[in-house]
Amino acid sequence: MTKTVTDVICPFCGTLCDDVEVVVSDDGKKLLEVANACVIGTEKFLHSQASDRVIRPRMHQDDGTWKEVSYDEAVEYTAQMLAKAKKPLMYGWSSTNCEAQSVGNEIAEISRACCDNTAAVCHGTTLIAVQDIGLPTCTLGEVKNRADRVIFWGCNPAHAHPRHMSRYSIFPRGFFTGKGQMSRKLIVVDPRVTDTAKMADVHLQVEQGKDYELLNALRVAFRGEWLPDVVAGIPAEKIREAADMMKSGRFGIIFFGMGVTQSLSKNHNIDIAIAVTKDLNEYTKFSIMPMRGHYNVTGSGEVLAWQYGFPYSVDLSRGFARYNPGETSSNDLLVRGEVDAVFVLGSDPGAHFPISSVRKIAQLPSVCVDPHITPTSEISKLHVPVAFVGVEVGGNCYRMDNVPIDARKVVEPPEGVLTDEEFLTRVNKRLAELVGA
Amino acid sequence: MAKEITLNLISGRTIQQGVAIEGGKEKPLYRTACGIIEMDPSDFKKLGVWKNSNVRVTSNYGSVIVKATETSQGPHPGIGFIPMGPWANSVINPDTYSTGMPTFKGTPVKVEVAMNEPVLLGIELVQKLCGVKTA
Repeated sequence: MTKTVTDVICPFCGTLCDDVEVVVSDDGKKLLEVANACVIGTEKFLHSQASDRVIRPRMHQDDGTWKEVSYDEAVEYTAQMLAKAKKPLMYGWSSTNCEAQSVGNEIAEISRACCDNTAAVCHGTTLIAVQDIGLPTCTLGEVKNRADRVIFWGCNPAHAHPRHMSRYSIFPRGFFTGKGQMSRKLIVVDPRVTDTAKMADVHLQVEQGKDYELLNALRVAFRGEWLPDVVAGIPAEKIREAADMMKSGRFGIIFFGMGVTQSLSKNHNIDIAIAVTKDLNEYTKFSIMPMRGHYNVTGSGEVLAWQYGFPYSVDLSRGFARYNPGETSSNDLLVRGEVDAVFVLGSDPGAHFPISSVRKIAQLPSVCVDPHITPTSEISKLHVPVAFVGVEVGGNCYRMDNVPIDARKVVEPPEGVLTDEEFLTRVNKRLAELVGA
Repeated sequence: MAKEITLNLISGRTIQQGVAIEGGKEKPLYRTACGIIEMDPSDFKKLGVWKNSNVRVTSNYGSVIVKATETSQGPHPGIGFIPMGPWANSVINPDTYSTGMPTFKGTPVKVEVAMNEPVLLGIELVQKLCGVKTA
């Protein structure tokens, strides 16, 4: 007899869907089927069951082969590496639970590391802007129940957050949005005609990298002032149409993504998007929310912020927390050759950092803690496989709107495989012995 | 028929990329999903090449072989899209301009036909570019 586990949390994207159903074998060891999740979430649950999964730590040998080692040896190598390093980089943290993040941050403090999460290549510039001018935001529940104007700016949830639109932003029937999609107007701003843009009432096909200009033009249009004929590739009348649509709603929300955070202007794009939101509150109620990527990147920011005061790129090398993105951020540290060891957990910089940074990781003593085989694990000296958070171990995670949700364990991990938190706790203990902390 | 064209390169997620990274980055499916450049039909004409041909994409920061596919999210003439992953990251502008964020979107690239050159697997590509010894 199989059993069905309901209300399972999906550990893929920041939408953190909490209605997934998973069928497991009677002994609770095998995950057989997944329902309600998107295709990516389903793949994540099912891939945890792969027969070719690595279940023991392994060291990269000089001849390029791998040698299986015990978890004890892996703990020893990691603790020794961090103890010897003058300024290690501890990066990742977004695909694990807050409990593990907290232990990891403690290790970073003892080893005087630079501690950074994936916001560095995702919404880091958003965090800079929020510190500059604040963030008028709300929860996804408010969006579902109230929002009748939805703007997706530089993001493509049809691909990146597949159930966001059906659970919260476009299709659901909420308290004040009883007609679902019919109650809402959708504006999409993207240089491509994305699958999200194809559903829009208004698609502003902005010239790539000209988001700042367009946002500025919207602020002018709200006030009914003069505009040039074309701004950022968009005719003035279309900008005015979008501006009127935004102003005429009862509750609006701007969701934004990598299209603005990673283009030139970066944090300034977000500054002005927040200013647009502020302007709109003179006419109606408007909020703005970043479309966070990893399921617990928000949690990593929260944990770092309550422990050290800053949400990412925290430099603990002087024994106290410093924060200066551009100086203390992973890619800058790597490219400038300022770190002498790299510890990665819950992320894959090997695939998602520019190759100039990846080359530096490959040259340094490095540990990759990840249940998957990834480009990072394959260039690291030590790969430590761990249990999948949200599948084989539970723990606290934060949704993109900063709502904490406890992920659930649905199956047992393969025998003998440690969780992130267990591995980190052992490293922390050994490190404390080594440095006498 | 031009031998090469210039495009503005952006990268980002696709649902196929999401499925491939969760299904295993060591698998060929990852290359199928991300070892591509999505181009507008008009850019195929300018380059004078059939869709699904291999091309070399070169920027000031590097060079990579990918398969040129016709975009499903167009039209976007002048823009090339490589899904996020090692192939895109071989050529994007790594400069953070003191923000901590590399410039993943908006890198001018040259695209030229490279019919007989292979598209490497993701891990193979990273290991090769990093000079990591493999068995």
